[in-house]
Amino acid sequence: MKKSIAVSGNSGPKVRSDCEITLELKSDNGITIDLNSRVKSLYGESIKKLIVAVLNFFGINNAFVRIIDSGALPFVIAARMESAVKQIINTNLEYLPDFISENSYSTSRDRFRFSRLYLPGNNPGLMINAGLHLADGIILDLEDSVAPEKKDEARILVRNALRQINFYGAERMVRINQGERGLKDLHYIIPQNVNLILIPKCESSDYVKLIAKEIDSVKSEYNIANTVFLMPIIESALGIENAFEIARSSENVVAVAIGLEDYTADLGVQRTLEGKESFYARTRLVVAAKAAGIQPIDSVFSDVGDMDALKENVLASKALGFEGMGCIHPRQISVIRQGFAPGEPEIEKSKKIVLAFENAKLNGLGVVALGSKMIDPPVVCRAQKTISLAVRLGLLPENWLNEIPTE
Amino acid sequence: MAIKTVKNAAGRTVPLEINGLPVIPYKGVGKHKPEGRKYGPPIPSCSDYPDDGNKVVASLEEALRKCGLKDGMTISTHHHMRDGDLVSNKIFELASSMGVRDLVWLPSASFPCNDPVIKYLADGTINRIEGSMNGPLGRFVSEGKMKGTAVLRSHGGRVQAIQDGEVKIDIAVLAAPSADSFGNAKGTGGTSACGVIGYGKTDSMYADKVIVVTDNLIDLPCFPMEIEGNYVDYVVVVDKIGIPEKIVSGTTQITKSPDRLLIAELTASFLEKSGILKDGVLMQAGAGGTSLAISVFLHEILKKKGWKSKLGFGGSTKYMVKMLEEGQMGYILDAQAFDLDSVSSIERNPNHVPYPVFNAYNYHSKGNITSMMDIMILGATEVDLNFNGNVVTHSDGYLLHGIGGWQNCLHARNVILPVPLFRDRIPVIVDEVTTLCGPGELIDVIITERGIAINPLRQDLIDSVKNSGLPLKTIRELKDEAEKICGKPQKPQFEEDIVAAIKWVDGTVIDVVRKIKT
Repeated sequence: MKKSIAVSGNSGPKVRSDCEITLELKSDNGITIDLNSRVKSLYGESIKKLIVAVLNFFGINNAFVRIIDSGALPFVIAARMESAVKQIINTNLEYLPDFISENSYSTSRDRFRFSRLYLPGNNPGLMINAGLHLADGIILDLEDSVAPEKKDEARILVRNALRQINFYGAERMVRINQGERGLKDLHYIIPQNVNLILIPKCESSDYVKLIAKEIDSVKSEYNIANTVFLMPIIESALGIENAFEIARSSENVVAVAIGLEDYTADLGVQRTLEGKESFYARTRLVVAAKAAGIQPIDSVFSDVGDMDALKENVLASKALGFEGMGCIHPRQISVIRQGFAPGEPEIEKSKKIVLAFENAKLNGLGVVALGSKMIDPPVVCRAQKTISLAVRLGLLPENWLNEIPTE
Repeated sequence: MAIKTVKNAAGRTVPLEINGLPVIPYKGVGKHKPEGRKYGPPIPSCSDYPDDGNKVVASLEEALRKCGLKDGMTISTHHHMRDGDLVSNKIFELASSMGVRDLVWLPSASFPCNDPVIKYLADGTINRIEGSMNGPLGRFVSEGKMKGTAVLRSHGGRVQAIQDGEVKIDIAVLAAPSADSFGNAKGTGGTSACGVIGYGKTDSMYADKVIVVTDNLIDLPCFPMEIEGNYVDYVVVVDKIGIPEKIVSGTTQITKSPDRLLIAELTASFLEKSGILKDGVLMQAGAGGTSLAISVFLHEILKKKGWKSKLGFGGSTKYMVKMLEEGQMGYILDAQAFDLDSVSSIERNPNHVPYPVFNAYNYHSKGNITSMMDIMILGATEVDLNFNGNVVTHSDGYLLHGIGGWQNCLHARNVILPVPLFRDRIPVIVDEVTTLCGPGELIDVIITERGIAINPLRQDLIDSVKNSGLPLKTIRELKDEAEKICGKPQKPQFEEDIVAAIKWVDGTVIDVVRKIKT
């Protein structure tokens, strides 16, 4: 036995959709449950039934359980119960809630990753509606947002969340821990049809390869076919120096992100709104990603109350070549999406250029001209990229060329 | 003792008698046609009042004695002091010390600050409350501890009951932020300003005796008066009628919850795409965080389109005041001011007009201003598959809120309920509401974070957003989605005893609340 009394989960006046479970194993008298819940009159019986089911699953038939519940959903209660059990007994068993069919999708290498919403991995209240805010990706974070003593229970909660919460098509991402703990995280996470793993504080291609290898071994162990993409986060000077190698370290790396809090700390400088101190690192990362043919992703913007500053930040980021940014609040999502999407003047200008290019091609002309101005090939190339982005975002119909009246 | 019950037109089993008085079961919307003449208070004579007009007496106790306070009387108060009310509890404290018993308290609403009256319900000073019950007071009533049966009425229903004599007020005690010695009173000025005191106007006109209690006695005339001195018997001056920061919120706050903001955005988008929001629109929205956010989003749309709302009906908030001041709203007619910006707007803006609720919501008025509203944003604790709404109990069966103006507002042209699909695992959309407060035929649209359900009776609205790209669902789909996430809840267990009657706007009984089985 590891412990005689275990406590897991959270309670308190501000806690919602969670519960705190205290478990004490007994030698006889069956299972006694002391349930304190604001939904007792509505779900009291089903909560007790679930508790008994989880305990019996782990072979526990005599125990005292106290639950302080603030409206936790069943998958949360089951996770908290399992965490408490695992503090007391050694077992490899997992009490898995159903995997809902809505979550069986995979994602593609080149999908948009404009916005990805970070959710603290031990806070179920923030997870339940997260998918409704239409971020391109949702990150269940096991790393920095989880207190060290809560790491084990967060892993179980995140596993259950991946099975039970509808993410409404967002790319299902998990940020694992560093080192050994991160490798162990993969064993819980990979079998849950996770689409992408974020590798924090990545400094070398070898580290990416190590993670990729571990993922492959979990996949073969569980007989899983779906691809799990990787997004290393570079958060140090060494990482920046190795950015290109990291970017092309594995075929499943689809993006690299920069983490500026840790990066500026590593440099021993203040992080400013203007961002001069990180200009080199950001441009270096963008170039590395583009050279490797993957997406460069910018750091989060931490002032969740200032949408105007966020907007400026997004536009500056886009101007450097970034193709996405992290979010720490759902209200940031639409600002970021709108920021990275091409604006109307940009689309209009690109349409004219592409149209001129198509006309030139049709007429067998080697030179593209718009009015009296010559258009260079790279300008056409950029315009084509803008148009393809606009089409994919639904800002322009796919057959827009046919809809333009011929002059 | 067994009281005869019947099934009313809404299919709810209700008694034919409450507190020993006969009641009429609900007959359907607009079906009950009252007859006869309105109730009249006794005829006073000005010769009985001081020639110099000075009606000030030394204390509230003296005023109550002079009004002949005795066992079984009905005492009314208004709720404009909200959670800062220092007057209501004092009445019953005095009554208790005077040895008076079995009073009926008729507040226009109660707040957590009124919890101390539980003591006077327990000691027999108060027989029952006819008004609203929140928090601990609701719990006390739900557990069957109140001697009489509670009667819950809407704001308009309260006026209806007073006007047709269903309730006879013996003494109205009206807190007034400003008053003169003749009894003219208003909601502005002094340290306890609440903006308007219109909910007390009916009481002043129909009560046998009227006491105005103020902490700001000003020179005659207290102008513009909402309560007229001609109806007032006594004026009492006290140190404080209320705690200012609890009377009006310093500032009403838009919700910060991303999920609620999503609902608000969806609501604004629905109103725009359905064509309900238009130039000249008449609108009303409450002061809850989600409603405020909706007001802000609607304001943005009005601005963008160059449209103007002809008038907004208050409860006013700073967001409505902003619309008025920036030119996107012509007038605010105001039954209550929710924040300091609204109070000061009433004081300085002639287009922000105090408007007594008895002109707006009352079944016995010749028209109901809310029936003209294009947009009506309301809340609910539960909505069922037939779009019926509940605002007084939670799914656990406990009384938790008053009806407020909710039932009256259901008569608007488009009634929109932006509600979360579930709150901390408690589904809002259910098979059947625990307590029926409003019939589904009057509730048009339910907007949740997971989709919009339009009442099938409103085919016109369904058609208007058919190709809008909005997430339209049936109410059953929404309910199933909630149950898939939360699980199917058990039903709360009740005993036979009726602890509260829910009146419809016309005075008929639409439902009752039974004692919680503990």
